[in-house]
Amino acid sequence: MDIFLQQILNGLVLGSVYALVALGYTMVYGILGLINFAHGEVVMIGAMIALTVMTLLIGPAAGLPPALIVALAIAAAIAVCMALAYTIERVAYRPLRNAPRLAPLITAIGMSILLQNVAMIIWGRQYKTFPQLFPSEPHVIAGASITDLQIIIIVVSAGLMAGLLLLVNFTRLGRAMRATSENKTIAGLMGVNVNKIISATFVIGAALGAVAGVLVAANYSIAHYSMGFMLGLKAFTAAVLGGIGNLGGAVLGGLLLGLIESIGAGYIGDLTGGFLGSHYQDVFAFVVLILVLVFRPTGIMGERVGERA
Amino acid sequence: MKTLHRWVTLLKKDRRAVWVGYVLIGTGLALLPFLVDGGFGRTWVRIIDFALIYAMLALGLNIVVGFAGLLDLGYIAFYAVGAYTWALLASPQFGLHLPFWMILPIGAGVAALFGVMLGTPTLRLRGDYLAIVTLGFGEIIRIFLNNLDHPVNITNGPVGINRIDPISIAGMDLTRTHEFLGLQFSGAHLYYYVLLALVMLTIFICVRLEDSRVGRAWIAIREDEVAAQSMGINTRNVKLLAFAMGATFGGVAGGLFASFQGFVSPESFILLESIMVLCMVVLGGMGHVSGVVVGAVLLAVLPEVLRSTASPVQEQLFGKVLVDPESLRMLLFGLALILVMLLRPTGLWPSPIRKREFAREQG
Repeated sequence: MDIFLQQILNGLVLGSVYALVALGYTMVYGILGLINFAHGEVVMIGAMIALTVMTLLIGPAAGLPPALIVALAIAAAIAVCMALAYTIERVAYRPLRNAPRLAPLITAIGMSILLQNVAMIIWGRQYKTFPQLFPSEPHVIAGASITDLQIIIIVVSAGLMAGLLLLVNFTRLGRAMRATSENKTIAGLMGVNVNKIISATFVIGAALGAVAGVLVAANYSIAHYSMGFMLGLKAFTAAVLGGIGNLGGAVLGGLLLGLIESIGAGYIGDLTGGFLGSHYQDVFAFVVLILVLVFRPTGIMGERVGERA
Repeated sequence: MKTLHRWVTLLKKDRRAVWVGYVLIGTGLALLPFLVDGGFGRTWVRIIDFALIYAMLALGLNIVVGFAGLLDLGYIAFYAVGAYTWALLASPQFGLHLPFWMILPIGAGVAALFGVMLGTPTLRLRGDYLAIVTLGFGEIIRIFLNNLDHPVNITNGPVGINRIDPISIAGMDLTRTHEFLGLQFSGAHLYYYVLLALVMLTIFICVRLEDSRVGRAWIAIREDEVAAQSMGINTRNVKLLAFAMGATFGGVAGGLFASFQGFVSPESFILLESIMVLCMVVLGGMGHVSGVVVGAVLLAVLPEVLRSTASPVQEQLFGKVLVDPESLRMLLFGLALILVMLLRPTGLWPSPIRKREFAREQG
């Protein structure tokens, strides 16, 4: 029982991070119909910036309270990622808005490769240790242990997701975003500055991604230039699982994927009598994805989308 | 550019000029490995061999993405299936040493089977849902190859399979150096001719397919699936055929890769490779056979050129190596992808129809 609870907790932590990143994918997809492959790299840059700021602040100014250091690091990461996402959209996606559908996909892939290698040149090839600023002795609840950091991850992600839902559903900006994703031309005719809204979407997604990057790096206390790729892939899978373009779907998909992975990895050995080990964790996620899509081709919460050639 | 175009059209009218052109191109291709070997060294012949393998892969993917319009992000899985089929049937792993003319059709068949296996459950999916499922499929295949070393050892796990038999034609081992007409043909040279012949065959099949009943059905599905269906096209079978045909070429290319390299491991079949092949197709000009070949050769050769020139150029400019060539190579590669797409969104050499359509949409 306690092992099961432990896996659920781990799954929730992992799933919250997936959900945060998935929101960035799903928002951009909802508006532009584009898989923003560079989003995973934005997440990675967020973690790297936070790491740099933290190492700078911990060294000379040892007197600063940890909470302030963390806040400054996250603020810096968010700022840099927002600027980065704005630039990416301006340079690589906007000129191609009327181009054939695969052209922006290729620039997105190019961006992803470019950012990964720039990060490798700046921060080096080796794995970087992410400083631990919170006490790491776990609390034990009903036989399962959870650290302060994991609680923070779940709370922060939940807060951000709630904030985003409020923003999209109840503000002027949110209404403009929904209108733009519905129909860009008509939204433009109604006085929405479509370009500005698309930029805003990228920037908001990047801010969420930056926080997710910091959280995931803190959780594993490791940061690496290639960490964004697999994370981005999983998050995109989560977004599709939930129904791409749908914010609630991305959150649901993220949590579900996190749970599937951690429970799957925990039990697959017992289920198959030791035939398959936990190496098959990723297979599990993808098999579930394929099964869900076979029975619900538009994801769990997705609406019927029109045909795209 | 305009004048050049006018000259080409003028020359095309003259039958004799066309034949002279073919002969020139043919001689050029036949002499290429010797010119490259003499000018740059044996490594570059191998690089050209790999470029030919990539060309075959890109042509296969072009059937799925370019003709039928089905975005496949896990194409490398079929390459992997072909490579491992070859490796298992012609290596000490199981002690099997079948001749290549037997493995080639088996590999193609197994890959086609996997193509149908992927195609069947995914036929209902559209656009990017299909993309992510194919991506997942590719990853699943790779993870299985990586882990099928226990409890029963089939693929040897992450270590991969070694000492794969080379192709031997009429008792002639293609990895050894042979001498004909006083010329030294190394393994890389011999493979070049085998690969070139197969790429030519693939090009021929693709060009003929494009104009066939099936090819037109694929293009109809790409342009508008509902309209195609109402015209009496059995979209299910035709799409499955696209997956199977694409997979077949991928499988054959994989088999050749295995025998040429003599060694396979799951590392060669990562997602980045799928993306690379997709980039070749899109960069060259989706749906256009010549464009795809150009894209494949460029993307296979250019990064190698960058790798070998990155260090000397930096030493010339700054007096030392600032950025290691490997990361600089990928950095420039990413930059090139972005720039080419920004400047030529339909690819470097788009098919005339696509170019016209794009111009109309823009205007």
